[in-house]
Amino acid sequence: MISYDIVIIGGGPAGLAAAVSARNCGVENILILERDKELGGILNQCIHNGFGLHTFKEELTGPEYADRFIQKVLDLGIEYRLNTMVMDISEDRVVTAMSREDGMYQIQAGAVVLAMGCRERPRGALNIPGYRPAGIFSAGTAQRLVNIEGYMPGREVVILGSGDIGLIMARRMTLEGAIVKVVAELMPYSGGLKRNIVQCLNDFHIPLKLSHTVVDIEGKDHITAVTIAQVDSHNKPIPGTEERYTCDTLLLSCGLIPENELSNKAGVKMNPVTNGPIVNEGLETSIPGIFACGNVLHVHDLVDYVSEEAERAGASAARFVQADGKIERSENVVKLIATDGVRYTVPCTIDLNNMDELQTVHFRVGAVYTNCYVSVYYNDERMVHIKKKIMAPGEMERIMLQRNRLLKEEDLKTITIKIEAE
Amino acid sequence: MERKELTCIGCPMGCQLTVEFDREKEEVYSVTGNTCMIGDKYARNEVLHPERTVTSTVTVDGGDKPRLSVKTSGNIPKDKIFECMKAIDAVRVQAPVKIGDVVIENVCGTGINVVATRNIHLL
Repeated sequence: MISYDIVIIGGGPAGLAAAVSARNCGVENILILERDKELGGILNQCIHNGFGLHTFKEELTGPEYADRFIQKVLDLGIEYRLNTMVMDISEDRVVTAMSREDGMYQIQAGAVVLAMGCRERPRGALNIPGYRPAGIFSAGTAQRLVNIEGYMPGREVVILGSGDIGLIMARRMTLEGAIVKVVAELMPYSGGLKRNIVQCLNDFHIPLKLSHTVVDIEGKDHITAVTIAQVDSHNKPIPGTEERYTCDTLLLSCGLIPENELSNKAGVKMNPVTNGPIVNEGLETSIPGIFACGNVLHVHDLVDYVSEEAERAGASAARFVQADGKIERSENVVKLIATDGVRYTVPCTIDLNNMDELQTVHFRVGAVYTNCYVSVYYNDERMVHIKKKIMAPGEMERIMLQRNRLLKEEDLKTITIKIEAE
Repeated sequence: MERKELTCIGCPMGCQLTVEFDREKEEVYSVTGNTCMIGDKYARNEVLHPERTVTSTVTVDGGDKPRLSVKTSGNIPKDKIFECMKAIDAVRVQAPVKIGDVVIENVCGTGINVVATRNIHLL
């Protein structure tokens, strides 16, 4: 069986940054496995700008951002295989992959970095009534068709869901001559960035209907119309509020799901809130030597944070390999608790002996909060209290924990992050 | 005097701004509804000189991909977006192309170039 020190599953932004980081930490023998025919992942089809403000201090388009990392991977001579589908990862880190050229084969990995990203919630998971005609696409599929393949899915468009990809596609299809009639959002707020609502919808006078959903789809072969209706506080359509829109395309932008089939098969423990692995301070999963980063771990809204997180995972994987898998686990493990409006934290545990001087903790809130405080408790004592004008589910938040501060706490067992009114 | 309602894009707050201004005199009289200075600055720029970066794709011949993604290398006036799209649609380029290669010079007289945002190799 061939072997590599580190095998990285996925050649998108997370996988590329993890590879570069692991190499910079001194690991020579790295392999990236990518199922698409090129590196870069979803960035290749995100041709709009706004990427890299944190990482490169300039606004890049998706392909440009990807290219910065692809160039680093090439310059460092990191190996990668394209058109390669990973079928299985075992608990002892045997990776089973297949490709047209090489057939099915196995690789023994010293460490594995999961960087498979996420996929869009499909129609089947949304319970939309009506016919099942052609012309219904996830927003990302439409994005690939328009930007990569050069096809227009249709001319008269209705969009369900106001996630960022849906908003971006509303503008993109409008610029290419389509008429986007309406964007319907089930929730009373949009999950998309404010900038996208203004520059993708308001700029082109596309109405955004909050608390609305699709209640009927017409068309036997191809979609001909959809009906949307307002919903009540229990998300039930309100009779009498129906509006019918003729259209030839329905785009769905209704959330992203981390793609963890491989993680599950390997036996990695999952967090039911994020649908991603439970990880420790080094982004290591419940299986030693298997690390996770990027959208497979939890869905991000900024690629800059993906790169940063992946850098961490790559460095941890390098450390694991360099210690021959013998990283000592201390008794000094602190559990992170998300409560009172905070939905989850990444990581879930911090080993005080193994953590860096500065530890980033990412989290998301479950609803829109205004004029509130983010509070961090060490055991039962409130240690951090930060005023926030606004917090929204669509914006990932982060706090930094200092190792020397944590070590000063006697018998620290839990760190609790919550939202407080005062 | 004109009055315009805007949504601030400075943060998730999305303050509803009201701007009073004179387009001819290029003068802003008042910005209200903002809760910080970002909103004030945004509103002043947005009513007098709204600008956007335009991104799209053009057809590429002889390359390893069918479409080349492009962008305006800087912001262009918002009211020239569709004119700019027309100019981009009319372009056909030949592979190979490198990131940063100029696809259209001085698009629509804006002084801004349209440049490639992907590398396209010969097939």
